[in-house]
Amino acid sequence: MALLDIEDLRVTFTTGDGEVNAVNGVSFSVEEGETLAIVGESGSGKSQTAFAAMGLLARNGRATGQIRYDGRNLLELKQKELNRVRSEEIGMIFQDPMTSLNPYMRISEQMAEVLTLHKGMTKRDAIAEATKMLDAVKIPDAKNRITMFPHEFSGGMRQRIMIAMALLCQPRLLIADEPTTALDVTVQAQIMELMAEIRQEFGTAIILITHDLGIVADTCERTLVMYGGQIMETGPTDTLFERPTHPYTLGLLRAVPRIDRDDETLSTIAGEPPDMSRLPKGCPFTPRCAWAHGPCPTVRPELLPAEGYPELRRACHAPVEEVK
Amino acid sequence: MLNYVLRRVAVAIPTILLLVVISFVLMYAAPGGPFNSERPLPAQVMANIEARYGLDQPYWKQMANYVWNVVVHFDFGPSFQYRDRTVNDVIAQGFPVTLTYGFWSFIVALVVGVALGVAAAIRHNSWLDYLAVGISIGAQVLPNFVMAPILVLVFTLWLGWLPGGGWQGGQIEYLILPVIALSTSYMASIARITRSSMLEVLNAGFIRTARAKGLPTSRIIWKHAMKPTMLPVLSYLGPAFVGMITGSVIIDVFFSTGGIGQFFVNSAFNRDYSVIMGITILVGVLTVTFNLVVDLLYAWIDPKIRY
Amino acid sequence: MSLNPDPDTADRLLAAQAAAEVKGRSLWKDARQRFMRNRAAVAGLVALVLICIFAFFGGFLAQYEPDYVDFSLIGSNATQGVPSFETGHYFGTDSSGRDLYARTVQGTRISLLVGIVGAGVAVIVGTLYGAIAGYKGGRTDGAMMRTVDILMSVPYMFVLILMLVIFGRSILMLFIGIGLISWLDMSRIARGQTLTIKGKEFVEAAHATGVRPMTIILRHIVPNLLGLVIVYATLLVPQMIITESFISFLGLGIQEPNTSLGALISNGASNMQYGVIWQLAFPLFFFVITLFAFFFVGDGLRDALDPKDR
Repeated sequence: MALLDIEDLRVTFTTGDGEVNAVNGVSFSVEEGETLAIVGESGSGKSQTAFAAMGLLARNGRATGQIRYDGRNLLELKQKELNRVRSEEIGMIFQDPMTSLNPYMRISEQMAEVLTLHKGMTKRDAIAEATKMLDAVKIPDAKNRITMFPHEFSGGMRQRIMIAMALLCQPRLLIADEPTTALDVTVQAQIMELMAEIRQEFGTAIILITHDLGIVADTCERTLVMYGGQIMETGPTDTLFERPTHPYTLGLLRAVPRIDRDDETLSTIAGEPPDMSRLPKGCPFTPRCAWAHGPCPTVRPELLPAEGYPELRRACHAPVEEVK
Repeated sequence: MLNYVLRRVAVAIPTILLLVVISFVLMYAAPGGPFNSERPLPAQVMANIEARYGLDQPYWKQMANYVWNVVVHFDFGPSFQYRDRTVNDVIAQGFPVTLTYGFWSFIVALVVGVALGVAAAIRHNSWLDYLAVGISIGAQVLPNFVMAPILVLVFTLWLGWLPGGGWQGGQIEYLILPVIALSTSYMASIARITRSSMLEVLNAGFIRTARAKGLPTSRIIWKHAMKPTMLPVLSYLGPAFVGMITGSVIIDVFFSTGGIGQFFVNSAFNRDYSVIMGITILVGVLTVTFNLVVDLLYAWIDPKIRY
Repeated sequence: MSLNPDPDTADRLLAAQAAAEVKGRSLWKDARQRFMRNRAAVAGLVALVLICIFAFFGGFLAQYEPDYVDFSLIGSNATQGVPSFETGHYFGTDSSGRDLYARTVQGTRISLLVGIVGAGVAVIVGTLYGAIAGYKGGRTDGAMMRTVDILMSVPYMFVLILMLVIFGRSILMLFIGIGLISWLDMSRIARGQTLTIKGKEFVEAAHATGVRPMTIILRHIVPNLLGLVIVYATLLVPQMIITESFISFLGLGIQEPNTSLGALISNGASNMQYGVIWQLAFPLFFFVITLFAFFFVGDGLRDALDPKDR
């Protein structure tokens, strides 16, 4: 049985301009110890999928479908049960380490409260444990710096603190929502390296949500490409990068600069990310797709194994052979 | 932190000095002295009076004397109107009254306002939220001089529950209407600020982190959201303090409570400069001191300010 | 296998790009639409127009001059001065036997004028001060804003009353005094906005081509503060009306035979125990409605011009 099994997840927001469907029938699963990347432009529903799993949707949001963790549907849990799953079973880190730590509380207090609450530790023990965890994520001089406030740390250091905090209760799954987007490139590499180490050391399964295909390539076993709240294509990262079968994946890959090839031209995907309150009935990528034809605007393509590439599953009406 | 305190105090002191000097210059610039009446006094009498109040001395000496007395002895000099009383006597009589109902008004505005604002934010879009928004919109158009007559009309003239004026040593029934009249609009503003501040804080990234950590809602509100919520409220307390102390003039006049406001208005009609100046300076010192306290509280809450 | 797009693909991509172009909309048109959708703001605007008509043309309907004293009514005000269409005293009479309708028209007009002129003075002084401080920057800015900080901790109402006592209680003094003590907030807001605008290319371009600083401030900075200024001015008018009414309530503001809503409320409040409740009710009604109207219009304008701030 998979660790996390999401089935037909839908997320809807009620806004002043009507209903907005951020996630439209997404299904996938994550195995114990696996790393999965969810890739897509902003507004593709990738973050909302993760928020729904953690019960972190904004007040006006509603999730339906099934999110089974270890056999239990997280969407049906009571607040108190959900609070036990959060951080004890699933840890989460966020995009902007500048705002995701409380600027008005010392690091020691923010980390210790997780342990006193979930593990019933005394404050003194909790701080000792938190210090150990800061050491593990390579915060220099953790013993002294733990009493500082977030603004006294750099962005990369803060993200390390966030990771340490998410790992305090040794969760089996870590959801990382764009963990490196707000950081410098060199720091990005360090954080990704740290995540890889953590996975080795603790055996934590990781869901990495990102729009940056560059960091996906060497960290994640499996990749899932989302657009307009739907899965476009999914499969082993290697195969997906070598032989994309979906026009959107192809477009994404073309937009990534690569130093291992010198024969290519960079290009962007034309048009704007979709307006989620007015999605076409069929494939959401239709208005920007160079291969769009007959059924695309009206018939929603199913997520099926791609002909000739059985490891890949894709949702597209265009024949595989044409997309190259 | 100590450094910060010292710097704030270093700004406060010249502010107060400036206020004293400006008041003196304004008074000195006034056309006609306080003893110029319709019927001119005999020159000899006038000279005697001026000598008594030190008005015959040169300009700079008068100012130096005044500033010296105010700053060093906390002595505002004699009243020009009441022969037998000094400005200090007037303040000693009126200030305790003002302080009493002012203190309670401030507490009521702050406690009720914050409680209402927090409740409204937590129960966003519930009847409680709408009530809080309704009250804060309504109270915008009900400043103290409108609240006071309405309260007396309802609770004194129609219902007969509470006295419409007087003080009687500050007994509770004489305190209620002045406190409500003075605090309502500030309570409403504090509620509005607290509500929108809390709503904004609840959307912040670190609140999402706190939820992802599995903290119970009560801990998130009190431990994580309360401090940043209070920052804008705190910045409003300075202006609210000024507004209330100003409003006390209305309260004193309308409810005949006998606070400094009443003396202030009487002196304004009688051109009793020394009393007006004394009260203005006193109020200025109070305001500056209060703002200092607010600044220090602000620094205590927000670690980024302490440097 | 190559990631190079073939010519055919490139064409298709271009075509898709052209189709995805989004039409732009005018900023002011957008703002007007947002404003018109805000029911409270539109209601406030309608109320405001009606109040202005009342204040400036309501006098034509009055049967009496505002300073005409009906001596026969003095003393029997509670029974004879009741609001009625028969006597022509629509709002009844005041304690001196004057027609309250005519007095209310006059009071509303003066309160509106004080509010608008006061807000105008405050906005002009504050905007220029803030724009200059923000544009000059550095030590000038520090000194100018520190001055504002110091002035802000002065209990202005006391100083204003002190000024009224010293320089005499005239309407002109009231206009100037109220305006001059209210520009502080505006200067802070204008400075903050100026700092943002200062970094924009068109200001740097003007600077680089040798335009004089004062010209840059007046031609490039101030027009871009306009939206902000309009919102702030609208919200400042009711504050000015409240300030004026406060002073007039104490009897230190507008002097007889002129009157303002604050003075009328004061009169009504001091006579309400004699059963002449209309003397309080009518001025209070116009006071409250005027304030509401300005607040709603101001809030609507803010939401319309600055959608981020909702």
